[in-house]
Amino acid sequence: MPFIPVLLWTDALVYLLVATGIGSTIYVRRHAHLRAPWRRVTHSASGMSALTVLACFIVIGLLDTVHFRPLLPDSPHQSVQKIYSTEVLSLLDVWLKPLREQVEKTYSAPLSAHLYAKETIETADGGQVREFPRLIYGGAQLQDPESELLADVWSRALLGAGSGLILWIVAMLALVNWLAKRRATAFALMHRSIWQRTTEVPWNAILLTLALILILSGAMTALASHYHVLGTDKVGQDVLYHALKSIRVGLVIGTLTTLIMLPFALLLGVAAGYFRGFADDVIQYTYTTLSSIPSVLLIAAAVLMMQVYIETHADLFETVAARADLRLLFLCIILGITSWTGLCRLLRGEALKLREMEYIQAAHAFGVSHWRIISRHILPNVMHIVLIVTVMDFSGLVLAEAVLSYVGVGVDPSMISFGTMINASRLEMAREPMVWWTLFAAFIFMFALVLSANLFADSVQNAFNPRVKTLQINHDDSNEPGAESQIDSQVLTSPKAEKRT
Amino acid sequence: MTALLTIEGMTTRLRVGERTIYAVDGLSLEIECGQTFALLGESGCGKSMTALSIMRLLPDAGEVTQGSVRLHAQDLLTLPESAMRELRGNRIAMVFQEPMLSLNPVMTVGAQIAEVLQRHTSMNKPAIQSRMIELLQNVSIPDPAQRLTEYPFQFSGGMKQRVMIAMALAARPELLIADEPTTALDVTIQAQVLDLMRVLQQQTGMAILLITHDLGVVAEMAHQIGVMYAGEMVECTSREKFFQQPAHPYSQKLFAALPSRQKRDRALAVIGGEIPALSKSFTGCRFADRCEQAWSVCHASIPPWVKIAPGHQVRCHLYTAQNTSKTKPAVTPSERIIAHSPHNNNTDHQNDALLEVHDLKIHFPIRRGLLKRVTGHVKAVDGVSLRIAPGRTLALVGESGCGKTTVGKGIMQLVEITAGSVYLNGEALSELRRKQLLAKRALFQIVFQDPYSSLNPRMRIAEIIEEGIRALQPAQSRQKNKDISVRYTEVDALLQQVGLPADVKWRYPHEFSGGQRQRIAIARALAVNPQLLICDEPTSALDVSVQAQILNLLKSLQHKRGLAYLFITHNIAVVDYLADEMAVMYLGRIVESGPAQEVLDHPKHPYTQALLSAIPVTDLDAKRDVIRLEGEPPSPANTPTGCHFHPRCPHVMPICREVYPSTSRFGSAHATRCHLYNSDF
Repeated sequence: MPFIPVLLWTDALVYLLVATGIGSTIYVRRHAHLRAPWRRVTHSASGMSALTVLACFIVIGLLDTVHFRPLLPDSPHQSVQKIYSTEVLSLLDVWLKPLREQVEKTYSAPLSAHLYAKETIETADGGQVREFPRLIYGGAQLQDPESELLADVWSRALLGAGSGLILWIVAMLALVNWLAKRRATAFALMHRSIWQRTTEVPWNAILLTLALILILSGAMTALASHYHVLGTDKVGQDVLYHALKSIRVGLVIGTLTTLIMLPFALLLGVAAGYFRGFADDVIQYTYTTLSSIPSVLLIAAAVLMMQVYIETHADLFETVAARADLRLLFLCIILGITSWTGLCRLLRGEALKLREMEYIQAAHAFGVSHWRIISRHILPNVMHIVLIVTVMDFSGLVLAEAVLSYVGVGVDPSMISFGTMINASRLEMAREPMVWWTLFAAFIFMFALVLSANLFADSVQNAFNPRVKTLQINHDDSNEPGAESQIDSQVLTSPKAEKRT
Repeated sequence: MTALLTIEGMTTRLRVGERTIYAVDGLSLEIECGQTFALLGESGCGKSMTALSIMRLLPDAGEVTQGSVRLHAQDLLTLPESAMRELRGNRIAMVFQEPMLSLNPVMTVGAQIAEVLQRHTSMNKPAIQSRMIELLQNVSIPDPAQRLTEYPFQFSGGMKQRVMIAMALAARPELLIADEPTTALDVTIQAQVLDLMRVLQQQTGMAILLITHDLGVVAEMAHQIGVMYAGEMVECTSREKFFQQPAHPYSQKLFAALPSRQKRDRALAVIGGEIPALSKSFTGCRFADRCEQAWSVCHASIPPWVKIAPGHQVRCHLYTAQNTSKTKPAVTPSERIIAHSPHNNNTDHQNDALLEVHDLKIHFPIRRGLLKRVTGHVKAVDGVSLRIAPGRTLALVGESGCGKTTVGKGIMQLVEITAGSVYLNGEALSELRRKQLLAKRALFQIVFQDPYSSLNPRMRIAEIIEEGIRALQPAQSRQKNKDISVRYTEVDALLQQVGLPADVKWRYPHEFSGGQRQRIAIARALAVNPQLLICDEPTSALDVSVQAQILNLLKSLQHKRGLAYLFITHNIAVVDYLADEMAVMYLGRIVESGPAQEVLDHPKHPYTQALLSAIPVTDLDAKRDVIRLEGEPPSPANTPTGCHFHPRCPHVMPICREVYPSTSRFGSAHATRCHLYNSDF
């Protein structure tokens, strides 16, 4: 085998998360009352555009999750035993191999052919001049950068954008074809209804977002093979590569932390609200105390302890990546432990309200056990709150990682993340001329990720929020109770009708 | 007299998603000065939408598309919004249903009334202050100067509604729109508020547009009556004509659906089917599908607005000129007689009581302070004794807050009993452990008041009904799990018993109407074959015609299964129709009990007398002396000494303030607790 697979801790958890995601999708599809709000999510244009952007980030994150150690080229002395590299690579690293390996000497500005620092260069006649030397890789094909650079960059960018556009047209035609087949309508008809926005799912918004992404990334790809699109950092590594690698860390922190905090919040929150009395007192005092401790202090203490442990037990870790990964996982855990209190408080309130509902009283009258009441009556009725809160928390956690890494108690310094990128560039902001592109890259990528997550969270909240729903239903209620059930039954029956046709 | 408000052909349209709903369709009416026009109809018929259309307060999705609304000669629909704001609260005022929600909780009552006065009058501060005091005096709120500085939470429900009325009257409106003003209030309080509105109308000469579903309130208040059905006015006439001879089949059905003693041994008339969806366009009469007197014309053409007598208009083909000569379908009274089990007056029948409650007390501790020390008790139930024989119905009657629901929950062992005992078939439930109690749970079940919160929205009907079977007969259900068809035959049978088709079991509760949900709740309770069903106001959230369906169902189930009911209610008409025995509760204690008819005909306790007299009746000829109770029931946390009723009792004596009266008996079963009948005294 040319490689051995490596399964890091967070990888395993990410796979678990993906499996849970697929499982719950199947579960939701089978339950009408769960399917209805999700269908409303798919009807929101901003939500679906955001989801398209998020999906790109997720794909990059997943590519970066498949880790392995490549086989080192056979050394002449030891041809019997295979030796694997100590460097753990991911699929993304393989894909971005040129970016990863084209390392310059130090800083260089985006799309530049020269270094950002003057060096003393020996001229052919033996004299010495101080000037900006040419880059090893960036713009190396140019004879005279001063005159050719602009034209070259433009032509490459346009070419890349053009190929991105062609890719998009192919993708769009495939999508329209698929939709037309599924609905058994003519291709042209489907095409028209998409662009006239008569489809339920805002395909035009999705397609436009996709067009933007494909054109941008086409141009980037075309440029990236000959330039450093976002410049290089202090040790000459490509900033675009760093930004792309940071996505996984952001996603892992955002999702795994939620996964860790959920059991606490669900179990304790619902238990406090449902059982009341002593259990309620204990849980309330616990989370009040926990939320009064400044979480940065708690996280700093825990992470520093972990760091000491890792350093004293260096032999436990085969690779640097494994070490950094454990620290990341630990960061997720400690963030999870400190952040469950908000959701717990919300769920306690909701459970307090639900336990007085008459259907729960009726269940008591039947002598249904406490566990069954919690699992069958309370949990399904608080899930919308859990969903809204976790999606909303995601962006907050991505930002929290950046802040913590900046402070120095975040991820391992060897791990590329938005936080470490910001931390590395903070001193250079004071330089004259300023090195702005590292910070800029981190900002743009984080902004896109968090904004799309927030927009998506917004549309999820709108779809699941019972108040928004009652606002619409109120209109029916006050004039016609039958209408509400009809709307809902329409919503519920339409997917079946769609399948039948 | 000239018409104050004239509505002509008003159509209000609501956009819900892709569909358009015609909430009000071609409505015309006239209200004269000093008159009360009652808009009568069941929920969803568009009466509230009519009020909002007049005020131009429709939700964003709604608009008035046709017709005109004129106040004197001014067309309200064409006025600019700023002029409309000037008009609202000034010339037209509105009182809403829910007094708890219509006042801002963080503003004092005075500030809220002053807001109206500042907006619509040019009075200065002292003038406003004196006007506010005058207003509160008008609505009979004692100590007005002090009350003005208080916040809404310091007022009781009836007092809040008075404040709302005072606010509405602040700028001396010409028209008061009252949208179900007393629906949320108790009967004795309702009587006070209705009285107040009548008096104020006489003083100020304003017109009232009263929106209600209660025929009794209409009989008390209205001069003119308009009956609405599915967005249309179907009948419009004066009160006298309406109550003597309702013309439209729908109006007739509404009367027939009212429970009363005369209908005791019969099933109540029900209106089959449901209100049609208002989004479709109608080709015939909207009521045709549910009308027993409908014939082909009714489905084919829309009935015109016919004048059958001076001031009496009906929208029905029965009265159109060309049809009166033709043969009308024979009106067959569809009152199917329930073969009621002969009333068993045997006394040994009562010896083997199914349920016996002895001196039940349920007190909730009031905790205060940091250490949550108990500083007092809310005595929700304070010594209640009841007995129900198998197959009989005991009605527990009382106003809200008297503890009747808590009695039900106490019997169900849903709340902890402070003292006393509950015997079911001679076994003390209150002493059983959780496990032992589980075995007994199948014998007694409960049906709740609100059909919207009593079914889990995330469970399908089959799962809801099965829940009890699974919990109480685990071994059996495990066996049945193997065979799905057998398992669901039971559910199907139950659904059929409550009058629902078997295939609804795969649906979710939100797809059903209130009445259907209540049927499902009854099916769930019946699933475990109980002998006793505690019905906690099962019909108070439902419309009259739906209430009739549920009452019929309960009656036929009692007949078929020999169920005993503990019927908790505040609706005396239902008691009269359904109950064998009744008990009247006041502030946690039973003040009078006995055979239902005897208690209703010859009430002994002053509270029972007042309660019965406060109920609005639909019979206009009935001469009755209404006993108006002053004030409101005291809080159960702070009960009066002596007889609980003495602060409101018209016959209060010195001893009432000191000693709680002992039982006085009249005949074998009728008993009351009042010093008036105490032989020692």
